[in-house]
Amino acid sequence: MGIRVAGLTKHFGEFLAVDNVSLTVESGELVAFLGPSGGGKSTILRIIAGLETADAGTVSFNGQPADHLHPSARGVGFVFQHYALFRHMTVAANIAFGLRVQGASRRRQAERVTELLELMGLTGLGHRYPSQLSGGQRQRVALARALAPEPKVLLLDEPFGAVDAKVREELRHWLRKLHDEVHVTSIFVTHDQEEAFSVADKVMVIHRGRLEQSGTPDEILDHPRTEFVARFIGEANVFETRVQGGAGPVGALRIPVEGIADGTPVCLVVRFYDLKFWRDDQGCARVVRMTTLGDRVKVEAQIDGAGRIFSQFPRRSSLLHGIEPGCRIHIEVTLSRAFMTGTEDGAIETAADC
Amino acid sequence: MARRARTRQLTGAQRLIVLLVFAYLGLILVLPLGAMVIRALEEGPGILLLTLTEPAALQGLLLTLMVAAICVTANGIFGVAGALVLTRHRFLGRRVLDALVDLPLAVSPVMTGLAFLLIFGRGGWLDGPLDLLGLKVTFAVPGLVLATLFVTFPFTLREVAYVLEELGTSEEQAAMTLGASPWQTFWLVTLPNIRFGLGYGIVLTLARALGEFGAVLVVGGAISGRTQTATTFIYNALEERQEAAAYGMALLLAVISVALLVAIEWLKRRRERGE
Repeated sequence: MGIRVAGLTKHFGEFLAVDNVSLTVESGELVAFLGPSGGGKSTILRIIAGLETADAGTVSFNGQPADHLHPSARGVGFVFQHYALFRHMTVAANIAFGLRVQGASRRRQAERVTELLELMGLTGLGHRYPSQLSGGQRQRVALARALAPEPKVLLLDEPFGAVDAKVREELRHWLRKLHDEVHVTSIFVTHDQEEAFSVADKVMVIHRGRLEQSGTPDEILDHPRTEFVARFIGEANVFETRVQGGAGPVGALRIPVEGIADGTPVCLVVRFYDLKFWRDDQGCARVVRMTTLGDRVKVEAQIDGAGRIFSQFPRRSSLLHGIEPGCRIHIEVTLSRAFMTGTEDGAIETAADC
Repeated sequence: MARRARTRQLTGAQRLIVLLVFAYLGLILVLPLGAMVIRALEEGPGILLLTLTEPAALQGLLLTLMVAAICVTANGIFGVAGALVLTRHRFLGRRVLDALVDLPLAVSPVMTGLAFLLIFGRGGWLDGPLDLLGLKVTFAVPGLVLATLFVTFPFTLREVAYVLEELGTSEEQAAMTLGASPWQTFWLVTLPNIRFGLGYGIVLTLARALGEFGAVLVVGGAISGRTQTATTFIYNALEERQEAAAYGMALLLAVISVALLVAIEWLKRRRERGE
């Protein structure tokens, strides 16, 4: 089932939680809402489920407006961040709940419970109570419970936020595999970029109640449309400066900027993997710190007359050859994105070598 | 989580404090109750049976139990409904309502009785209309019921509201997204989750209703065979120097109280475990 959200706005008191958001999720897609905490992702999800009422805007399923529908009539499966399992019911009773309230026969309920316990790798745990399960198991029960009535849409609110890193990794694979098997239209909320990019077909970046950008993981990574996306996604160097003779000066480093008038304030965003450092005694920066991060080395350098810039290189890479703390380096910017401060125009991409 | 705190060696000062607390409790709680029980048993072990066979005492006890049963039912239903309204909705005047709920705890029961006399008594605000309908409230059973309802109103509501607050709304929301109607959500999810809090509230209501004295005395007048309750029976018996009857009834109420106390402790623990 396709979901369309148009002009959605929601206030909590004075606070604008969702600001005129419009988006479309195609039938069968697995979409991630990505953004920092408190950005409105969960609120949008809850409005789609009918758990919150929007101040303005509409939600429609397959072209049919759904705003007037009670949550119970929307055919939406919802997985809550802290599971929200029924604590007084066994795992089996939790999973059967949706079918039970619909008046399905006991036999049908039992069949579906067995089926889902197996699908979720929970066989043999049907008689347990939620308090007797681990975090990862609880999350899978929550998922099974949401899937039992065969919802047309599956919504997951920070589904892996409350479990530890290793289990989270495992559950991500689960979700992806599950989606490939069941093909139910799904949206999950996360503030974890890796999670969004590794699981979703499409990522929607949401910040301060607004949809910043929507696209495939590659589109978001390679073509950030707004300053926020460029800064938030991937680790980036950010420089605030004013255009001067076709370039943005950052101390002794000059990053070319095309098509922006002189004097315009710009924000230059440079990803660490769009940078190269060469040892050069005439270079414009000095290495101040080198930190080994497992298989990579983070190099921080002080640009003459400006702030710091950092990059990362694979350990033992030839790119690190001759680079050591205190040495002077030449910086090559293979790709930089310029955003005009205070506008919503897209990025202007350029490269520099200095 | 450890359910029992580990006992540690106490220092001298701590021992003194513990001793003082026990002495205090002994003086104001255990001593009077103990004296009452001993005095009652001096009348002979058959005293309880005697009480239950004396018509006036039996009538008083039955009346008290009936009033208590009505209070538990009515305040149970309105307590749960009121708690749901107070915790699950935000509306104008919620704070006022919230404060009003505690009014019966602050007002002396004798004042409550007086207030009911003002409304329903001879020459009271509703005396005329009630007379026309042929209904008698004061110095009759309806008056006792109304006064006790008022006095016991906060208990269930407060206990249930506390549990609802702790519980949050996520399970109810989960039930809704799974297709449950509001009614199904209440019966299948909310009610099972509040059952120990509700039980605790009911036991407190019961204890208070059985022991109420001031309000029922003022509104009911303790007329033997008509509006005399268990507590006003004790009062009247003492007035008439029938001490055996007074102590018998008192012992009976004490036995019921101990049973309720055990129930309270059990429910409190279940509620705190949040099962």
